[in-house]
Amino acid sequence: MLAKRIIPCLDVRDGRVVKGKNFEGLRDVDDPVRLAAFYSQCGADELVFYDIIASSDGRKLFTEVLRNVAENVFIPLTVGGGINNLEDFDRVLKCGADKVSVNSGAIKNPSLIGKAAEKYGNQCVVLSMDVKRVDGKFKVFSHGGRIQTDIDAVEWARFGQENGAGELVVNSIDTDGVKGGFDIEMLQAICAEVTVPVIASGGAGGINHFIDLFKSVNVDAGLGASIFHYGETDIKDLKMRLKEAGIEVRI
Amino acid sequence: MIAIIDYGVGNLFSLSSSLKKIGVQSVVTSNLKVIERAEALILPGVGAFGDAADKLRASGLADPVRQLAKDGKPLLGICLGMQMLFEKSYEYGEHDGLGLIAGEVRPLADYISNLKIPHMGWNSLNIKIDGCPLLKYTREGEYVYFVHSYCGVCRDKSNLVATTEYGTDVTAVVAKGNIFGTQFHPEKSGDAGLKILKAFAEMAR
Repeated sequence: MLAKRIIPCLDVRDGRVVKGKNFEGLRDVDDPVRLAAFYSQCGADELVFYDIIASSDGRKLFTEVLRNVAENVFIPLTVGGGINNLEDFDRVLKCGADKVSVNSGAIKNPSLIGKAAEKYGNQCVVLSMDVKRVDGKFKVFSHGGRIQTDIDAVEWARFGQENGAGELVVNSIDTDGVKGGFDIEMLQAICAEVTVPVIASGGAGGINHFIDLFKSVNVDAGLGASIFHYGETDIKDLKMRLKEAGIEVRI
Repeated sequence: MIAIIDYGVGNLFSLSSSLKKIGVQSVVTSNLKVIERAEALILPGVGAFGDAADKLRASGLADPVRQLAKDGKPLLGICLGMQMLFEKSYEYGEHDGLGLIAGEVRPLADYISNLKIPHMGWNSLNIKIDGCPLLKYTREGEYVYFVHSYCGVCRDKSNLVATTEYGTDVTAVVAKGNIFGTQFHPEKSGDAGLKILKAFAEMAR
């Protein structure tokens, strides 16, 4: 049976992994290459590798770091941050990325999703979305979660799938960094409308949050950052507990 | 030396890095002389079957690769590269493959319903035929990484070495003598995948 995936996310700035509460107050954690290799050994099913401030200041990913990660880590690698056109796709794919995640770049230019899917295949195109409640509705935010758009999150998810996104990363700004659990309500609203795999992000604070997630919503994967970076939760322990709870995982 | 056949399809960086990791020399090449001299061949591939098959033929490598495999050189097709070992595919039309494995490639949607397509993620191997040299180091139930929407259907079940369960028994590993194919990506399957590449490299001579 297909296993539910556990995915550590490495947010990178200046070649280092960072993670902040509600996207602010970034703290340095570790060397991305070392951390990526460590996670792979611990049983991480995949890694997501973001340059979280790339879209606001136009900075490109440090492809050297990416290349080093890809040379040492043999699990699927998704890369995002500063992906605005097909040249950006090409740049990161050549450095060993398997999937490319678009966020603000697709908000600015929605046709990028379809163009990239046509050129590299749906399996390569991940639509990543930062979502926050505004007046009781789920709205998409751009630029690392700082700028509100008028886009409805459920409609955006559907649009992404119809245009060739092979997977969605859905990050809740409301729960991100708070460690109070995933945003089940928002994830249910999105999963009800799409058939492509969905990766849940934002809010993981403990093992029980992952169990709740997989028991409550038909997501394919749970993503976490600080919960793993600070060694609070060991991926091996997490997977053992998921298995005990009757959830299919790769051990 | 293993030649990774470069016909302009897909990302070969991970594949060459993973071989390097297990201490196996490889070269990414479209040069026929290099391919002929190599001790074993890997046929990679991602994307759509028709486009990839056209590119392989346009590169002039399709016939030589088929002949080298028939002459006994170990060949490993990965993902779409495995699918291209079959006789034909029905992905957006009807396209001829290399015809090294009897059978054809059909949409997963013909066999399953109520499951997400593509079949993407880690799934476990059910070994159907023991003793395949490619799976020398592989245990029943090991997880490997799949990404595909079409599947190989073997006409001769003696070629179907391993399957994975996704609504139905999906072809995961095929083998016929020196010719092997994996629907999953060994270069993205962690240690389980590296063991499969190691077993293949040991057949190089």
